[in-house]
Amino acid sequence: MAIGEYLWLVPLLPLVGAAINGFRAAYAKGEKSKTLTNGVALGSTLLSAIIASFAAWRYGLAKVPYEVVYWDWIPAGLGNVAGGLLGNFNVELGLQIDSLSITMMMVVTWIGFLIHVYATGYMGHEKGYTRFFAYLNLFMFMMLLLVLGNNYVVMFVGWEGVGLCSYLLIGFYYDKTFAADAGKKAFITNRIGDFGFLLGIFLLFNWFGTADYTKVFALAAHDPLRFEGVATLLCLCLFVGACGKSAQFPLYVWLPDAMAGPTPVSALIHAATMVTAGVYMVVRSNVLFRLSPEAMLVVACVGAFTAIFAATIGLAQNDIKKVLAYSTVSQLGYMFLAAGVGAYTAAIFHLMTHAFFKACLFLGAGSVIHGCSGEQDMRKMGGLGKYMPRTHVTMGIATVAIAGIPPLAGFFSKDEILASAFFKRFETLGEPWSWFPLVLFGVGMLAAMCTAFYMFRLYFMTFVGEYRGAAEAGHGAHAGHDAHGHDDHSQGHADDHGHYGGAPHESPWSMTGVLWILAVGSILAGLVGFPLALIGKHQPTYFQSWLEPILLPIGGHAFHFHEAELTMEVILIAASVAVAVIGIVIAYFFYKADPSWSKPKQLAAGAPKLYDVLLNKYYVDEIYGATVIRGTIVLSLILKWIDTNIVDGAVNGVRHVTVLIFGHGSNLVDKYVVDGAVNGVASGAKGSSTLLRRMQTGVVQNYALVMGAGVVLLAVVYLAFEVLGKMQG
Amino acid sequence: MTELLSNHLLSVILWLPLVGALAIALIPKRLEQQAKVAGLFVALATFVLSLGILQRFDDAEAGFQLVERSAWLPAWGVSYALGIDGISLWLTLLTTFLTPLVLLSAWNSVHKHVNSYIVAMLALEFGMIGSFLATDLLLFYVFFELMLVPMYLIIGVWGGPRRIYAAIKFFLFTIAGSLLMLVAILYLVFVIKGGSGAPTFNIVDLYGLAIPMKTQALLFFAFTLAFAIKVPLFPFHTWLPDAHVEAPTGGSIILAGVLLKLGTYGFLRFVLPFFPEATYKYAPVLAVLSVIGIIYGALVAWVQPDMKKLVAYSSVSHLGFCVLGIFAVTQTSIEGSILQMVSHGLSTGALFLLVGVIYDRRHTRMLADFGGLAKSMPVYATIFVIVALSSAGLPGLNGFVGEFLILTGSFKTLPWYAVVAASGVILAALYLLWLVQRVFFGPLDKDENKGLPDMQWNELAAVVPLLVFIVWIGVYPNTFLKKMEPSVRQLLTTVEDHHAAIGKLAVTEPDAPAANPVDGVSR
Repeated sequence: MAIGEYLWLVPLLPLVGAAINGFRAAYAKGEKSKTLTNGVALGSTLLSAIIASFAAWRYGLAKVPYEVVYWDWIPAGLGNVAGGLLGNFNVELGLQIDSLSITMMMVVTWIGFLIHVYATGYMGHEKGYTRFFAYLNLFMFMMLLLVLGNNYVVMFVGWEGVGLCSYLLIGFYYDKTFAADAGKKAFITNRIGDFGFLLGIFLLFNWFGTADYTKVFALAAHDPLRFEGVATLLCLCLFVGACGKSAQFPLYVWLPDAMAGPTPVSALIHAATMVTAGVYMVVRSNVLFRLSPEAMLVVACVGAFTAIFAATIGLAQNDIKKVLAYSTVSQLGYMFLAAGVGAYTAAIFHLMTHAFFKACLFLGAGSVIHGCSGEQDMRKMGGLGKYMPRTHVTMGIATVAIAGIPPLAGFFSKDEILASAFFKRFETLGEPWSWFPLVLFGVGMLAAMCTAFYMFRLYFMTFVGEYRGAAEAGHGAHAGHDAHGHDDHSQGHADDHGHYGGAPHESPWSMTGVLWILAVGSILAGLVGFPLALIGKHQPTYFQSWLEPILLPIGGHAFHFHEAELTMEVILIAASVAVAVIGIVIAYFFYKADPSWSKPKQLAAGAPKLYDVLLNKYYVDEIYGATVIRGTIVLSLILKWIDTNIVDGAVNGVRHVTVLIFGHGSNLVDKYVVDGAVNGVASGAKGSSTLLRRMQTGVVQNYALVMGAGVVLLAVVYLAFEVLGKMQG
Repeated sequence: MTELLSNHLLSVILWLPLVGALAIALIPKRLEQQAKVAGLFVALATFVLSLGILQRFDDAEAGFQLVERSAWLPAWGVSYALGIDGISLWLTLLTTFLTPLVLLSAWNSVHKHVNSYIVAMLALEFGMIGSFLATDLLLFYVFFELMLVPMYLIIGVWGGPRRIYAAIKFFLFTIAGSLLMLVAILYLVFVIKGGSGAPTFNIVDLYGLAIPMKTQALLFFAFTLAFAIKVPLFPFHTWLPDAHVEAPTGGSIILAGVLLKLGTYGFLRFVLPFFPEATYKYAPVLAVLSVIGIIYGALVAWVQPDMKKLVAYSSVSHLGFCVLGIFAVTQTSIEGSILQMVSHGLSTGALFLLVGVIYDRRHTRMLADFGGLAKSMPVYATIFVIVALSSAGLPGLNGFVGEFLILTGSFKTLPWYAVVAASGVILAALYLLWLVQRVFFGPLDKDENKGLPDMQWNELAAVVPLLVFIVWIGVYPNTFLKKMEPSVRQLLTTVEDHHAAIGKLAVTEPDAPAANPVDGVSR
């Protein structure tokens, strides 16, 4: 059976699940309906994952990319296609399988399925349980469409679609204003990015006449000189889209607020899958980006800056989900840094390992929040290792993985990114800016140190020491927190779990079992990218070879992976492990060795302004609020005033003039012609309605009539003379 | 009967509503229920018959089909001539599709002069169908003006508190524009066409006449003003919010769904092929007004406290896209523009219908009076969100396809305008999500909003067909695109050929600089 004959089932099954649960959502109640909801949601996702795996296995046998077109989606006939050529404008609805889309598909279906399982435990007590799974399934459909589509427009459909699901799921607790606000903010910020994506699509149609991957990349790779000049603008437009979806500076602001959604949503959409769509898009477009060193440089710089910027914010956050949110922004920055220095495989590698350990961390955080009756402030946690051992161990593993300690997953992918940035310096030797990759490398190292620090800070504050929340546990009051950022889950759980009497408790197996699977993944997933230089083989890693087919040769020149000497490789590994260890050691001395946390408190007191700036996330939200948002509101209000007083006012002005000239003689016209017509139809109408009409057919209306009549009369007279003049002439 | 249907299908579809209206006018006032049923039956019958057009329509034919012609005022070259092509096909069907839904939605919400309301609606349908089917310029003009009367009455009799003001404003604005157009029509037929033979009002015979640039510009602006007011294009739009706010729900649906499209349809049917050279020359002017309308309409919509006014201003924004697509003069953008006309009719029609649903329950449309309705009316909320998203251009629903084609096509000939217009996509999300959030999300804190009944049968029956097409156009627009393609291509050929020909002539004319015929608009 050809892959195309069943590939459509992979996205479609979750859509069917979404439709069924969506229609059931309005009336589904009780335990029995919950079982059905689970069956539909988990069944469709699992089946989709199994079929996806089968397709991946079949691809693995022959390694032949496969494209299938289901129908012409937007055909608009013959027209000027590109460069003066005539052709048919068309957008196909098609799917495509190659090593990149398979990698994404496997991550999305399997991690997606695991998070569905987890959510059955986590959301068990929530109202709107069925609605939640309908949204989650819809998300799976859109995300699979995004990664499997065979052209940019289908990607855009998935792209906006996942944005919609994100909007619905962030605002899942829609009756809470902050959740609804956060959803709206996410959607609109994403739309700003999508505006760039759209412009990119227009440029594609303008220059290539199509948005089909195969055709665009073949054209660009075949004739690089022709497209070099336009590639920069095109890539930058696409990258604006990527910045929106993947929460890069300056469009990252929606992601931390998105934590208002239920925690499984944060894990699936806002850590493991949707937010990586921008990385996928850049890697998918690698042929175009490789034509423009300028665009690549921008990608690398934005990525590196975002990585360090978000990491520094993460240092000072006290909300457990906020730390992870900024960590996600920072790690996404890493992925863009990788893509920007040409290490496309490293970007996808890190995307994959990150999906494991970040999903594990978020779900672990969810388990912690669940166990602490909705508490999210790490200052009120501590010592949870005793109460929730399984969550403790799995989250610990994921923490080690993200910190970059070998041989866990995060180490290999992060090391490959840093090494790529470092080796970029040698590829560009002789060029005036060849020192710049070293700056990127340095920033990456610094961000790695920050990551190790804030992750172990989280670990120590949460699981180690004494439980600090006893006094307050049992109720969900969060006085003194930045209230708008709170997962509203807290309130719901505070009520549901009142019988636990304040002591933290371990979560059910449906949750911790998933944590274990993800923890094992966090340990092992890195091995596919094991640098073979360490065992003396000078060849690409297994993962690099796997993705090589998507790195098309450009102008006949094949893609080259950087090759390292064993010594160099070992030095780089040592350096990256060293920075991670430094970060961990500092965290240990700050938060473990000294239970009173006197050193970080001293630091914060020593530089109050700096601490304040970090705690308040560089005040970026406030700056946007005061400039862009305020500006748009004021502009809109001004335009509204203009509309009422000037545009419509001009109409009234003409009226006044006409009235001055013609006086009030028009009363008769109004009375007999205009009002008469109304009376004619409503002939039977008597009493109140007639009286009402009399009252309203006041002076204003007469003026309006006179005004209009005057204008028309003048125009007709003028034109009549014109016509007569023409006829005589 | 069969003979009548096979040879005079368009006439039957055109006159049936009027005949029905006259018959219903004879039904005694007290028999309201019977009048409603009869009205709905007539409207549905018209719709079913109009599906016959689809069955007969030849997708490959570019010119007018199912043509009927008989002399009316032969001395003046006027005839009763009907025909349909890929440009008018979907607009005609939109009209016959929306009318029964409008009657259905008004089932329990119109309380005074019920019979007259139905008569007015059917008379309005007669005028609208006639405008789309007429292939004689004077016949078109008659229908174009005829529509004003029932619409004026619908606003003036069944409207809100300031209905008389709004009705007169609507009437005067429209008639001011169309009287100028009448003068231009007469000049075109008797002076230009009649100067070189017998005068005729046959539209096709008037295409691409050689008109000196100066005269062409005057005629172009006379026509354009009439249609720009109808669309309405900035800055001629101020009648629209007043008309929408005061009109009853059904009036608003028809106004936004069909009446506004007569402006954009007029551009395509008359302005472009009559005045190709002026079209190319003044396309930037129209593009500027469209783009201003897109941004301005969206921003002003965002700060409206009244739901209906918000939707009304969103129409100004959406119709700006249609006009931009037309004056970009590319196959892609014009097909997009026609599709967007239909899409807007469905989405905005549905929005007005849904606003009417809540108005019937609460007798207010102020955003501040709502909040948290998703809790008390979940089905209504779900449908509203879907329709709002379709209006905001979410891919997979109808709004996206039209806007995408318009922008992609316009990007070739009017790139900077297309870029600015595309930012309207951000703003659409801004005002529509604001509307959704203000009405449906947040706490359900007002007592009046608790325990509101969810959608009723007639409301669902009216909105579900709209939803079907909202999804259909989003997923498989080819059903619609393939039927308009040949006609749009022929229109473009007419415009480009005459433009090229006149462009060459113009070299000798000192006051009309020659344009590059290949990319005449991208100056």
